[in-house]
Order: sequence, then C-alpha cells, then structure tokens
Amino acid sequence: MIDFILLFFLVVCAIAAVRMKDLLSAIIILGAYSLVMAVVWTRMNAVDVAFTEASVGAGITSVLLLAALSRTQRGEDDRRRRTEDRRHDAEDTRQDMEDRRRGAEERRRKTEFSTRTKKTGISAHSLLSLIVVIVTGAVLVYGTIDMPDYGDPDAPANLHVAPRYIERSYKDTGAENFVTAVLASYRGYDTLGETTVIFTAGICVILLLRRKREQ
Amino acid sequence: MFDAAAAVIVLAAILVLYRAIKGPRIYDRVLAVNVIGTKTVVLLALTGFIYERPQFLDIALVYALMNFIATIAFLKYRETGGLD
Repeated sequence: MIDFILLFFLVVCAIAAVRMKDLLSAIIILGAYSLVMAVVWTRMNAVDVAFTEASVGAGITSVLLLAALSRTQRGEDDRRRRTEDRRHDAEDTRQDMEDRRRGAEERRRKTEFSTRTKKTGISAHSLLSLIVVIVTGAVLVYGTIDMPDYGDPDAPANLHVAPRYIERSYKDTGAENFVTAVLASYRGYDTLGETTVIFTAGICVILLLRRKREQ
Repeated sequence: MFDAAAAVIVLAAILVLYRAIKGPRIYDRVLAVNVIGTKTVVLLALTGFIYERPQFLDIALVYALMNFIATIAFLKYRETGGLD
C-alpha cells in the first residue's frame, strides 16, 4: 500500500517538474523525486541502488543542474521571461519581494493559460496524442501481465545464472557479497568500461562548466 | 503498527509535496524538499524496523547528511546567483 502511495508521489513529482515554468523550481522538485525514489529502492531491498539514487540523484544532479542554470538563464525562452531575468539580476538584494511578485505572476500566468485553453478547447491534435499515449501504455501494461511476481524465487531470472553465483562466487572470487563479486570480478571488464565512460563524462562536464578566469 | 506509522509519514510527505509544487516562493519549495528529505530519513528507519534490518539506521543517517547538499546549493545559488 505504501509502495503505491510512494509511486503516486513520484508520478505527481514528475508531472509537476515537467509542467513547472521556473527551472529552479523544477530542479527542486526533481530533488524531492530522487529522495522518494531512494525510499522505493530501499523498500525493494536494493540498498546500494538507493544509496546511488540519493547521493547522485538528490545531491550531485541538483548541484550540477544548478551550475548549468547559473551559466544560462532561468525560465523558458521567451522575451518576457528574459526581461524578467534581467530585472531579477538587478534586484538581487530584494529577493523576497521579488519572489512574491513572481508568485503573483505565476498565478496570473496560470489563469491566463487556463483561460486560453478554455477558449480553444481540446484540439484534435492533442486528442490524437492522448489516444496514442493511452494505447501505448495499455500495450505496455498488457506486456507486464505475463511477468513473474516481484521477488518470485521461481522466476526465470532467478533460475538461470543466479544459483551459480550464489554457490560459487565466494570460492571463485573471495568476495563475501555476491553483488560485489558479479560487478567487480565476473563482469570486471564491463565495470571498467562503465567507469571509463563516467570518468570521461565527468571530465567533459568540468571542461564545459569551468569558469574561464582569463576573461 | 510500523506500517501505520509509515503510512502517516508518507501522508505528511504528500502534504508537504503540495507546498513544494504550489510554491509560490523559492524558499517554500526549498524548505518543502528539505522536509521531504527528513520524512525520507524517518521512513528509512521505519523500513529498517519493518524488515528487521537495523543497519538501515546507518543508511538513514547518511541520508540525513546528504539531504543538506542540495539545500545549501540552492540557497547559495539564490544568494550569489552562482555556485562559485
């Protein structure tokens, strides 16, 4: 039951992050998403994944997105937002007041938006998109009906190579945790490749975000 | 018993999520996400009790520590307009 509520929470977070006009708020909502996702992982007994989700998703990703945001601009790319951005830079000391105003503007924009949608009604285009999305989702859900129950010991995935790992990994590798044995020993080269990819990506991010001191 | 406690915690998190989405100010959102993080920590500790794995408490402690990183980054961005 709690799992369902948590998943519902995640869906709400995701929709809110997509619909948010203000990018800073979207990043904040994504942080909440990651925290709840970490709980979901923990409840599925995948503690290591949960740890990665919390540190990378809620911690590092937020900081990286903020770093990207501080070098670009906040909000969607239209002229009104850009002038507002400039004003925002000028009035940095009166943050609180400005935030109130932005809240008011957000509300006004929202009402503008709702009246606009009300005026045009639901177009055939969006109706078609909705039908396509629902049909695709129904097909995907239909595909999951045949899947074995969560944590079923007789599931094919648990009968193929897992018993061998459980029996032999300590003898083969000397690692007591067989997730570690699989990642670091049986699939050692694969993990090395992954680490190289992540290392390269990290270097690229540093190069892109580094402030040029000479200028 | 612990299930009921966890359900109440999740309910509290949903109430806070309303504030996080509605805003209207950045500070409301930052504070809301911080509270959600705290709820996460409590939920993890409760999950540890439900599954009878007390080592989850250590994980909850680490979460509590990491919860601050993003909050500090947001507030620094707000204060200085950048992260340097």
